[in-house]
Amino acid sequence: MDLSYSAEYEAFRAEVRGFLETHRSQAPGQGGNGLTWQKLLIENGYAARTIPREYGGYGGEPDILKSRIIAEEFARAQLSPGLGGQGISMLVPTLLEVGSEDQKRQFIGPTLRGEMLWCQGYSEPNAGSDLAALATKGVLEGDHWVINGQKIWTSTAHLADWIFCLVRTEPDAPKHEGISFLLFDMKTPGIEIRPLVDMTGAANFNEVFFTDVRVPGHQIVGRRGEGWKVANAILRHERGSLADPNVMQSRLNALIDLMKAETLDGSRVIDNPVYRDRLMAIQGRVQALRCNDLRLLSAAVNRQSAPLAGMVVKLQGTELRHELEGFAIDVMGELGLLYGDTPRLRGGGSWQRDYMYFLGLIIGGGTSQIQKNIIAERGLDMPREPKLAKA
Amino acid sequence: MEFGLSEEQVMLQDALARFLAGTGGLERTRAFAAGKDRRAPDVLQGLAELGVTGLIIPEVHGGVGLSLLDAALAAEQLGRFVAPAPFAATAVMAPLALLRAGDAGQQATWLPKLASGATVAGVALSEITGARDGAGVEARDGKLHGRAQFVVDYEADLYIVADRARGLHLVAADAPGLARTDFRTIDATRPTGELVFDGVAAEPLTAGDGAAAVRAMIDAGRVMLAADTLGAAQEMLDQAAAYAKGRVQFGRSIATFQAVKHMCAEMAASLEPCRSLVWYAGHALDHLPDEAPVMACHAKAHLSEVGTFVARTATEVHGGMGFTDLVGLHYWFKRIGFNRQVLGGPQAVRAEAAALQGLAA
Repeated sequence: MDLSYSAEYEAFRAEVRGFLETHRSQAPGQGGNGLTWQKLLIENGYAARTIPREYGGYGGEPDILKSRIIAEEFARAQLSPGLGGQGISMLVPTLLEVGSEDQKRQFIGPTLRGEMLWCQGYSEPNAGSDLAALATKGVLEGDHWVINGQKIWTSTAHLADWIFCLVRTEPDAPKHEGISFLLFDMKTPGIEIRPLVDMTGAANFNEVFFTDVRVPGHQIVGRRGEGWKVANAILRHERGSLADPNVMQSRLNALIDLMKAETLDGSRVIDNPVYRDRLMAIQGRVQALRCNDLRLLSAAVNRQSAPLAGMVVKLQGTELRHELEGFAIDVMGELGLLYGDTPRLRGGGSWQRDYMYFLGLIIGGGTSQIQKNIIAERGLDMPREPKLAKA
Repeated sequence: MEFGLSEEQVMLQDALARFLAGTGGLERTRAFAAGKDRRAPDVLQGLAELGVTGLIIPEVHGGVGLSLLDAALAAEQLGRFVAPAPFAATAVMAPLALLRAGDAGQQATWLPKLASGATVAGVALSEITGARDGAGVEARDGKLHGRAQFVVDYEADLYIVADRARGLHLVAADAPGLARTDFRTIDATRPTGELVFDGVAAEPLTAGDGAAAVRAMIDAGRVMLAADTLGAAQEMLDQAAAYAKGRVQFGRSIATFQAVKHMCAEMAASLEPCRSLVWYAGHALDHLPDEAPVMACHAKAHLSEVGTFVARTATEVHGGMGFTDLVGLHYWFKRIGFNRQVLGGPQAVRAEAAALQGLAA
């Protein structure tokens, strides 16, 4: 057990801090431009750090601790850590792993620089938790795929330049072996996007309809029928990235500030032992998840395995965050109901918004119930449910 | 940066697990619970031979000089095997009291005896972690007056008693004026009781800062109880998952039913981060003095809550058999219940965590 960082890493931390002090004014939100900031971060190795230089990254050696230090210091400085989104967090790692040389050269650089925004075409109305049941059809006609079908829950489809999409291309193969992973331009004729307003009032999701959409045959990642494998690599990525305990810690700090500021019958809420007990219970759980995260970080650095510790992160993280936000609403009482452009609003309505948003995350990216199946079957070695005989 | 157990720490846990399994495990605990004896000398002897009784005692005093994190790892194994043995007080809190507040003579006299297991020490905190029935101990003119309830490792030869002012005192179990009242609790594995002091002559520990020593004892004791619950809850979860796999109803293993599977997954999801929390709290006792008191509170309170949830749920997964003495799950259930209340229940400990952070009114 040794929680200290070696001199090399302390020096690296100082370097990151120095960079952030020098360049603070260039960050978005501080007067700077997002795309220019991204370029600056890549040049200095604070974004796209381990992506090879020839594909538009910084070309650094993978170093989990340095990545963590970068994330911590940007969070501490409250400056943007650069661009995110499904293209950067999900497609780029996938292309690096299984993309062709041409695909890597064509797509990774512009995606990293923010010139190419992606959306993910996975879920369908009848393929949610059972994603491999997806039915959007892709038929090879000459040298083009012709695509028909519908996707749903497609975040940022209305903003995206391109889509990475799962399509059933081998209708006679078993369901996991009949899917292909295609990339195409969202301006291709035959694509219709309908916004889906969610309970927070925002329309971050969309339904996307494909009618005879023609996609050049070479825009496939991996081989025909291998799309499921490609998609699973990405899903693993998504689960790990959903619940960041450091974000949870800063939200907990905001909750404590809120409890010190809000009053009930003239007394600060923090001085009420009932509310304080609930706060401490939540703080204990946040600490447990932060320690769990430390264990995962250490396991990754030291090449040890802690599979169960990793499997519980999505379930525990989203559930706890939802509860934390909901408790903040209780702290405010009736004032917690205020939402939107209204007098006496607290925190810009963020508590209500995140309370609802995290219910969305409890469901999205593998529901809590699916997470429990995974924990039981892969973590505790319990048997799968027997398949029903076909009627 | 390494947040994980060393090879030596894993070996310590394995050796202890082998020994405790070798004592008969649950069968040894059952025999202890059914018998008249309030001590299990064979278990204590084995722990002494493994160095567990002297785990945190410096080598110069006959111990092995390991850390409080190591002690927490040992406590986890004791909980896992519901071992009928003293530990939190005699092997951790009492040595800490002597090391922090005892003079050289007191250390030289008592630490080797605690390390060898020749002396078992109980700890009576004079209700500093919560007074019931108006209990409490006062020191007047070098003599102790009052009552101390729920003494940790009560079945002892020597007591370390804190008075209301957080002064620490050594009292022999057979000191004139000291009366002992045995209690029966749900947990048959760790006898407890009440000490009544009627002007008992006591030897004060005056070499260090008594209040700081009491703080360190409480923090360490809480982490040990949290670790004990971790081991007990993990064992209950393991037994529940194994039972579900083997139990057939409606023509299939009940482990294939999502209702059952999800109960097990919820236990695992709640419990797995607790392991890291206990490690961190143990590490904080050794190396992060500013964080240790709050982390000890969180470990104690959170493990109490998760332990209670696991104890109930694992019992339920066993169906009716979980309720019986035949399977014996209740030994773990009760051990977790004991750990929850001793040295402060979760609500009290959370209130303390808030106060330690300056959040209380």
